[in-house]
Amino acid sequence: MALRPEPFGALAYHYGNRKLNFLRSPELVRLVDDLEHFDSARAAFDNLDLDDGKWPVYGQALDALARSDFIEPVGSFGGDRKVDR
Amino acid sequence: MSALTDELKRGLDAPICLTWELTYACNLACIHCLSSSGRRDPRELSTGEAKTVIDELRELQVFYVNIGGGEPTIRTDFFDLISYATTSGVGVKFSTNGSRIDAETARRLAAVDYTDIQLSLDGADAATNDTVRGIGSFATAIAAMDHLAAADFGPFKISVVMTRHNIAQLDDFAGLADHYGAELRLTRLRPSGRGVDSWHELHPTQDQQIELYHWLLDRPGVLTGDSFFHLNALGSGNLEGLNLCGAGRVVCLIDPVGDVYACPFVLHDEFKAGNVRDPGGFPTIWRSSPLFLELREPQSAGACASCGQFDACQGGCMAAKFFTGLPLDGPDPECVSGHGQEALAAVGAGRRPPSTSDHSKPTPVRFIPRTSPARP
Amino acid sequence: MTEPVSPSTALDEHAPDIDDDAVESADQELVVEDLLVEEVSIDGMCGVY
Repeated sequence: MALRPEPFGALAYHYGNRKLNFLRSPELVRLVDDLEHFDSARAAFDNLDLDDGKWPVYGQALDALARSDFIEPVGSFGGDRKVDR
Repeated sequence: MSALTDELKRGLDAPICLTWELTYACNLACIHCLSSSGRRDPRELSTGEAKTVIDELRELQVFYVNIGGGEPTIRTDFFDLISYATTSGVGVKFSTNGSRIDAETARRLAAVDYTDIQLSLDGADAATNDTVRGIGSFATAIAAMDHLAAADFGPFKISVVMTRHNIAQLDDFAGLADHYGAELRLTRLRPSGRGVDSWHELHPTQDQQIELYHWLLDRPGVLTGDSFFHLNALGSGNLEGLNLCGAGRVVCLIDPVGDVYACPFVLHDEFKAGNVRDPGGFPTIWRSSPLFLELREPQSAGACASCGQFDACQGGCMAAKFFTGLPLDGPDPECVSGHGQEALAAVGAGRRPPSTSDHSKPTPVRFIPRTSPARP
Repeated sequence: MTEPVSPSTALDEHAPDIDDDAVESADQELVVEDLLVEEVSIDGMCGVY
């Protein structure tokens, strides 16, 4: 899996399934990068100091990335996510 | 937030993917070859130079290369280069006529990771295919597919250039792909390379374009390389893809002698951005060649500005316009609203640009056997 | 004739600005999600054969 920074955020490419995803916010890219350093996706999000009201949008974005196998959830359902590189 | 495509049209710091033609040598002489291939060019990149290109692509994080030609498997360092690429983190898809894929090669390919194969086929039967690609070429491609299947290679791609003579075989192509568990890819015939000579007789009719458009809308799983976005002007929804000309913006082409062109369909001096042997190599060309910087500027709709369909079709393909002598800021020659036909009618005989790159083999002299004894 | 919603059409330049407060339908939910992550086929950009 490759995560390539771009002015709009990043490009993510999965060599195995050949899926290409555009991450359209630099904050989302940072969130993905930070996941492995936190116990939960929510904790990583909180660390970004963004408006709380944006969590659903970011959570859904992480869901979309998980569906393409860029990241995988570990631990309890709906809780922790870590990056699978 | 601006549309994604607006940002992509401004160009990225590195290509997402690109086409790399390894050699102009080819054992076939397809009548529509967009690279006018046939004869090897003596200035071909060496193995070392090719590996330098791969190193540069790796540093740029180009995700994959479409390796083509000519027939890339003719190069003796073919396997060396594709495994150098894949182990460096650059995915590979290579386009081939299948002539070098025997049982053993198929097994060898099945063992290489992150390598995709695309077999070229332009007819669902030998009669249709061989008219364009040469006698025996259909059988060769099918044999290669059989070898890949026997070697458990997994899904490969079958790539078809759509012409007046094979639009009727759309369902047959889908069936062939299903039979092998392969992905079907349909692409647009451009009047590029040798294609310029036969384009007027070979390109699909307007009715066939409409048929193709609806067939594709019904089958989002069929790949197109976004090559039919001019059909979106038919207005029943956009085909899969970014609806974007990626030339010089997100993709480009490196040719066998290291010349860099905006895309595979414009192998012409007008669209040459530089050579990888120049100081700074490929990265410098991608980032700062005047041609690519110009392509990344907002493009004028020109004569298409007043047409309600422009947003859907983006004015079509610059290669199609260039090689038919049409202005780039005007309708595509196959404009579904007919504006291209009008424009073509106005093109004078001398307006088609002469070729600046031709590696075709000389036309073989036809030897006609005597039917009567020679005169003394 | 209705146009099918796809990521590329959802984000074209004529789409209205998304106002979070106006998010209601399932379609809108799809668009909100696609604002941050958009999946595109690696085959889906013109210029590679």
